Amino acid sequence: MYSKLKSCGLLGIDGYVVEVETDISSGIPVFDLVGLGDAAIREARERVRSAIKNSGYEFPIRRITLNLAPANLKKEGSSFDLAIALGVLASTEEIETEALGNYLFTGELSLDGEVKPVKGVLPMAVCARQNGIDNIVLPRENAEEASVVKGLNVIPVRNLKETVEFINKKTNIFPFVSSNDCMKSARKEYDVDFADVKGQENVKRALEVAASGGHNCIMIGSPGSGKTMLAKRLPTILPSMTFEEGLEVTKIHSIAGILPPGISLITARPFRSPHHTISDIGLVGGGAMPKPGEISLAHYGVLFLDELPEFSKKSLEVLRQPLEDGVITISRVNASLTYPAKTMLICAANPCKCGRYLDPAGQCTCTPRQVQQYLGKLSGPLLDRMDIHIEVSSVKYRELDSGSAGDLSSTIRERVEVTRQIQLDRYKSMRIYSNSQLQPAMMSKFCKLDEKCRDILRNAFDRLGMSARAHSRILKVSRTIADMERSEEIKPVHLAEAIQYRSLDRKVWNM
Amino acid sequence: MDIDLKYWIWFSSLVKISPRRRLKLLEYFGDPAFLWECPEVELKKLPICTPLVIEAILDKQCRSDVPGIIEAIKKCNGTIITIRDGIYPEALRNIPGAPAVLYCRGKLVKDEICIAVVGSRRATSYGLDMAKRLSRDLAGRGVTIISGMARGIDSKAHTGALEAGGRTVAVLGCGVDVIYPYENSGLMDRICQSGAVLSEYIPGTPPISFNFPARNRIISGLSQGVTIIEASDRSGSLITAEFALEQGREVFAVPGNINSMNSSGTNRLIRDGAKLVTNAGDILEELKMNNTANDNVYWKKQLLQNAMGEEELTISQRLLDGPAHIDVISRDCGISVQLAGSVLVMLELSGFVEQLPGKFYKLAE
Repeated sequence: MYSKLKSCGLLGIDGYVVEVETDISSGIPVFDLVGLGDAAIREARERVRSAIKNSGYEFPIRRITLNLAPANLKKEGSSFDLAIALGVLASTEEIETEALGNYLFTGELSLDGEVKPVKGVLPMAVCARQNGIDNIVLPRENAEEASVVKGLNVIPVRNLKETVEFINKKTNIFPFVSSNDCMKSARKEYDVDFADVKGQENVKRALEVAASGGHNCIMIGSPGSGKTMLAKRLPTILPSMTFEEGLEVTKIHSIAGILPPGISLITARPFRSPHHTISDIGLVGGGAMPKPGEISLAHYGVLFLDELPEFSKKSLEVLRQPLEDGVITISRVNASLTYPAKTMLICAANPCKCGRYLDPAGQCTCTPRQVQQYLGKLSGPLLDRMDIHIEVSSVKYRELDSGSAGDLSSTIRERVEVTRQIQLDRYKSMRIYSNSQLQPAMMSKFCKLDEKCRDILRNAFDRLGMSARAHSRILKVSRTIADMERSEEIKPVHLAEAIQYRSLDRKVWNM
Repeated sequence: MDIDLKYWIWFSSLVKISPRRRLKLLEYFGDPAFLWECPEVELKKLPICTPLVIEAILDKQCRSDVPGIIEAIKKCNGTIITIRDGIYPEALRNIPGAPAVLYCRGKLVKDEICIAVVGSRRATSYGLDMAKRLSRDLAGRGVTIISGMARGIDSKAHTGALEAGGRTVAVLGCGVDVIYPYENSGLMDRICQSGAVLSEYIPGTPPISFNFPARNRIISGLSQGVTIIEASDRSGSLITAEFALEQGREVFAVPGNINSMNSSGTNRLIRDGAKLVTNAGDILEELKMNNTANDNVYWKKQLLQNAMGEEELTISQRLLDGPAHIDVISRDCGISVQLAGSVLVMLELSGFVEQLPGKFYKLAE
């Protein structure tokens, strides 16, 4: 007897419908599972057998063939357990099959028939919705996560028996509705605030510019000057995420299995700060069973690389392409996955080996050559992707003590949102959303300089010994600064401010 | 014009008598008027009066030229300063062979600190640069630059001082109404306006090569120190250096490439004990002058000349107190940090400010 029902597999951050076909015929008792399942799926046979038996149903002693279609895609994980068990039961006519086409099943089974939570439920729910499936049956623990998707009945189940009885309409399970409206609580209160940072006005300003235009930046300063503290507060001034953005971020985190319990939708921009011992794969994603890397986990948020020169060269170089494209494509033998990676990269570095080169007290023990070598580790192409260079100096105790705290994050965020909106309106038809993504052709259109500005720029290159790579970066950043002032054209004062954010291109640093 | 000045003018036109001897005559007679009146018989009795001297004193031509000279002085808006006048530079008064009379266009100032900047007429670009830079920095700190308005180094020294908005004095080897070299006519006008053009020679005196070494003693005499920028082994500037030593003035020299002909003279001066100078500070240090004394005026003038705004002025004034971090500048000046950053870049581009690592800024050298 043949039966067919639907489950869901994951490819990248998207789900795809997997049809679980079961055929039971007479012959030598065997349980064959085909369709490129991994070890976890092959072991599903044993779990399913015990779960069915322990739920009070009979496991057929006949020839069972089970196929996961499309059969050419590798599948992994334990989320097919529930569907497999139901497939077997459907084939033995234990459950009614006519309604099954409108359900999508996911969940892991334990030997006693309990349904256990799985990873990646959100993309599955989205997939169900996109494929016109109205109901998703899933572990109770995952219900909150799936409930974000509108127009989908989320049926949370506890065990196999309950599921069977629900399908046979012997019991009724009410679709899960999340008690907290995710978008209402969207404006998540961060537990840090920009006002916590005393002094450092110029750094705060630079970060505001960076946030306003989505520019990557690098902070250089002595240990203890507050680089990490400042970076941690950056997400608090980024514009709040839209529902779609939140959904995308949640999907990635759902796949990575790092979604905190009880959270249906991530509404705070992610802040990822991997340790510098991270491997290239950890950073961009991949592996035998491809998983999103830190750059994808920081999608729509901030990826903070502290102690940048300490990262292995290889892992930094792999960042270049995703930073440019906003996606990372991982090609493996059997599939090529694409994870989104639109992130703002913030790096922090000490100015030299001993870290005190910028210290006004000037106790740096490094030779000029060592200073040069330290930051020289960073490749030109990587620095190329940094629009803003910030030099952070230590704040004296006296300033820590004084009251000047500056603007609250919420105040800054309001300003940033206005500036972002200006950019969104301007680039409506061009598939980019911020000044940092301007392509050369667009720059000649949107970053026009008048005669006076061109003079300043020429002068800057001659006098300050800037390298050529600074040119387009300066233009982009000055566009952002002009937007912050709501100025249509770039004025000398905007340009000059942008020039001062290019410290590393200058002779001051002898690079 | 003062009737008395007639005799002084006549006295100054006696170029056939050496300046030293003229000073002696002045000492003896007390006033040129008595010399004018003195009959030949009396003159012959004096031991300093050789026949040549007597001939010059009695020369009718010189006596009849005086009214013409007075006219010429009036025409070029000049003044006559005698060694007895209060305005006569004190430093100059005491040198051997001080000129009895100075013809002056422009204005002399009492008790100013003067440094002579002189050098080769056929200078290299290095020399020209250094002349301009040193003079600009010195003048910016309130020092008056004395030079000879010759081609090359001298012209650049004047230009540098004028650029800094400071005072500069040109000492000529010809009459103050004679423009030499001719291409410096514009420069001469500017010097007259913001300094002075001096000469011991009567108006209309052509630029005779013989006069130039003699005027060098006035250049060094007016100054506390003489800076030689570039000089070959046989340069006239070395004469100025010799005069300086004779008059007890400091001698400064800017070193140069040892293979450069143009620096052989200065390098030798250094070997012989002249102070090596690489920047204005080296000179000011020797003069025991406060390095920053007159900076304010200089920067203000500079900034105003460059038509800059209020913020530029406020910030550069703040920087006079020493290098500062951008946040501190912004707070002290009450200017938002973004505007301060932008203004500092502008100042940097105009060469007023330098950035140090760590977002510290200082005034440019």
